[in-house]
Amino acid sequence: MIGFIGRGLVLLSLLAASAGSLVAFSAAVRRSATGLAWARRFAYAFAGTMLAANLLMVYALLARDFSVGYVAQVGSREVPDWVAVTSLWSSLEGSILFWGMVLGLYVLAATWTNRDRHPETMPWALGVWLACAAFFSFLIAGPAQPFLTLANPPSAGPGPNPLLQNHLLMIIHPPFLYLGYVGMTIPFGFAAAALASGQLGAEFIRVLRTWLLLPWVFLTVAIVLGGWWAYEVLGWGGYWAWDPVENASFLPWLTATAALHSALLVERKGILKGWTVTLVLATFLLTLLGTFMTRSGVFNSVHSFTQSAIGPTILVFLSMCTIYSVALLAMRIETLSPEGRIEPGVSRDMAFLLNNLFFVLFTFTVLIGTLFPLVVEALRGVQMSVGRPYFDRMSVPIGVALLFLLGVGPALPWGRATPAQVRRALLPPLAGGVAFLALGLAAGVRAPWALVALLFGGYAAQVTLAELWLPVGQRMKSRNESVLRALAQVQSRGRRRVAAFIVHAGMVLVMIAIAISSTQGVTAEVQLARGQSVALGPYTLTFLGVDQVSEPHRDALVANVGVRRGERELGTLKPRMNYYATQREPIGTPAVRTTFPHDLYLSALNLDPDGRTLGLHAMINPMIVWIWIATGIMALGGLFALLPVRRIGLAAATQEPAAAVAADAGPGPTPARIG
Amino acid sequence: MSEPAAGPRVSSSRTKWIALGALAVAGVAFALLAVGGIGENLVYYWGPSELVGAGKKAYGATVRLGGQVVPGSIERGQGSELRFAVSDGKASVNVQTKTVPPQMFREGIGVVVEGTLRPDGRFESQRLMVSHGNEYRAPGDGEKPDMRQLMKSTTGLSGAEGQEMP
Repeated sequence: MIGFIGRGLVLLSLLAASAGSLVAFSAAVRRSATGLAWARRFAYAFAGTMLAANLLMVYALLARDFSVGYVAQVGSREVPDWVAVTSLWSSLEGSILFWGMVLGLYVLAATWTNRDRHPETMPWALGVWLACAAFFSFLIAGPAQPFLTLANPPSAGPGPNPLLQNHLLMIIHPPFLYLGYVGMTIPFGFAAAALASGQLGAEFIRVLRTWLLLPWVFLTVAIVLGGWWAYEVLGWGGYWAWDPVENASFLPWLTATAALHSALLVERKGILKGWTVTLVLATFLLTLLGTFMTRSGVFNSVHSFTQSAIGPTILVFLSMCTIYSVALLAMRIETLSPEGRIEPGVSRDMAFLLNNLFFVLFTFTVLIGTLFPLVVEALRGVQMSVGRPYFDRMSVPIGVALLFLLGVGPALPWGRATPAQVRRALLPPLAGGVAFLALGLAAGVRAPWALVALLFGGYAAQVTLAELWLPVGQRMKSRNESVLRALAQVQSRGRRRVAAFIVHAGMVLVMIAIAISSTQGVTAEVQLARGQSVALGPYTLTFLGVDQVSEPHRDALVANVGVRRGERELGTLKPRMNYYATQREPIGTPAVRTTFPHDLYLSALNLDPDGRTLGLHAMINPMIVWIWIATGIMALGGLFALLPVRRIGLAAATQEPAAAVAADAGPGPTPARIG
Repeated sequence: MSEPAAGPRVSSSRTKWIALGALAVAGVAFALLAVGGIGENLVYYWGPSELVGAGKKAYGATVRLGGQVVPGSIERGQGSELRFAVSDGKASVNVQTKTVPPQMFREGIGVVVEGTLRPDGRFESQRLMVSHGNEYRAPGDGEKPDMRQLMKSTTGLSGAEGQEMP
């Protein structure tokens, strides 16, 4: 019964999306307001049916209705309810269904907030969104049908992949990733609409940028949550491995970040319109490429490529979207004529251009390294992968260059500047750079790239904090306002600017933390007998024994490792091996003791039930917690920029004194792997 | 996808050409660097027969060697030194490693070891991964071992390899 209703809902959503797309495109061509209104209704209908289909699936998962194909595949009576709900996105069919709902909600929100605006561009955007929606509805209705009714339902299911039940982070990581990935459909539609209608004015680029910023925030958080999850669950002690799956999420982030920056030049100077639109289109195509790479199984097995119908279908859709984007660009890019020009010389404008250049270089670096093995295998049949040193070696200099621009760019004035002005702007922050460098040297940092990162990071930190303080200080001085009042005024009037620098501050912190954590760690791998100790940095680790634990959905062997620092007992860390009923092999979970300077990270490689021996992987990972904290700062900064500004505040903001507005900059962080 | 017309606009056409030239040079240098970097950092997925068949050519290359731990071949030396043979049913390679083996490591299980072949025929490995689940079997005659299938079901190495992630 549930399967039948579910299939019906999916078919309805397919109908609504395809009809809506056709109506929207025809309304765009005929400039029909009635057509646009109908396209909006179809968009709402798509969102509604998708939402209903997802709720139905959640109900089936909670009811353990094994007559529904997907529930039989991932459901289990043994797992707690929260695992049952999260298994909605733990496997292929369910994750595409979830994708459909997220897309529905995005289309709903973007359509609703623009229902009275942009009558010339909205029909084009709606047409594109609903075409994408129709594709995903088709995937759910056909190749990835989760609502198959089983004639002979099993009495129990296997439960989702144990690795995904191992940690709470798995509840939030995938939804964030979908909110990031799927959300890129909205700016894609807007960009295509800008091209089709030939309109990319200051107001429309703001809409585009807002709808790019929202999924960007989710994607940023999702990438780091993924790293955090890998760190807390997988037990190898790191958070990033340049794995194809990770790269797949990182690529669109790079182009989206570049676009967020170039969009500011579109808004301020009316230049780089076509370039920005290209970046936005590329971002969407890269999310599709990522979906293809992770869904088709090309990176796991050559065989599942031909077996799974989803891979080729997504590949076809990716090709169609690429052809559409390129054709649209080729035919229409000339209509987005620039309204200004860039002055040559050392200026913030130039820093923006360089920023874009490096982001694109970064994208190509990662893209080449990720796709190279696929191409070689297709051409020569040789199986291989590109080793991590390639990515580290290539991305460290690019990342450091971006960190350099993160400091120098906002320090420079817009437009033409005299050499004296440039010197005055660039010299003071050197103090911050030198201070960070000295701190690093005092703390024992010797890795050259880490030291360079500290120098540039300190420079960028001072610039960022000064930019955050500057308007507050100006108001306090010129208008005699109190700190609090000045802060309140600045945050409401120059909100985007403040938000951008909050994001920058988080990014500086992330990059320094990455540089330090990847160069200053200490690691040991030992086999310990009970009672035996090993020294690691300032710690002494003693293997005390093994407990056997029984939990509802798993059994576990838990190693007790006593931690002592000097004379102080710090308690017991418990790395463990989990045994799942449906899985023959155990899965380890590391134990992490987090402090602000560093994490103590213990992972059990092997241990015997009698508790005689323990194979222990022990690490000291410096500054890790700052990566998570800084990502939180970046996310808050991004969301702050998205808070609706009161109309009056907005009007006032545009008439701000030149000094304050001139310092406007985009949230534009730059990740790097300093290895 | 990038359109030249969309690129940065600079004031005079001469500066524009200089900028374009500089960009082109930087682009070519970057491409060479990237391709060189890839070439030096390739990791080959090989089975024991391929590794033995490659002979001298295999010395020094980074290889992920996949196969089955030959029953009776596991020897533990001093400290954490570990020796065992990996076979695909046709050829076998002696592996030597100092890594602490993961929990499921035992005779007959599918493993992937990353390392390099030494001229004396030993395969020196820094990483040892064990197949997840017992799906891996030594391939039959004339059947190529599917490294990726093996990689998919291995655990113990870095990152999210072998897991289904969104």
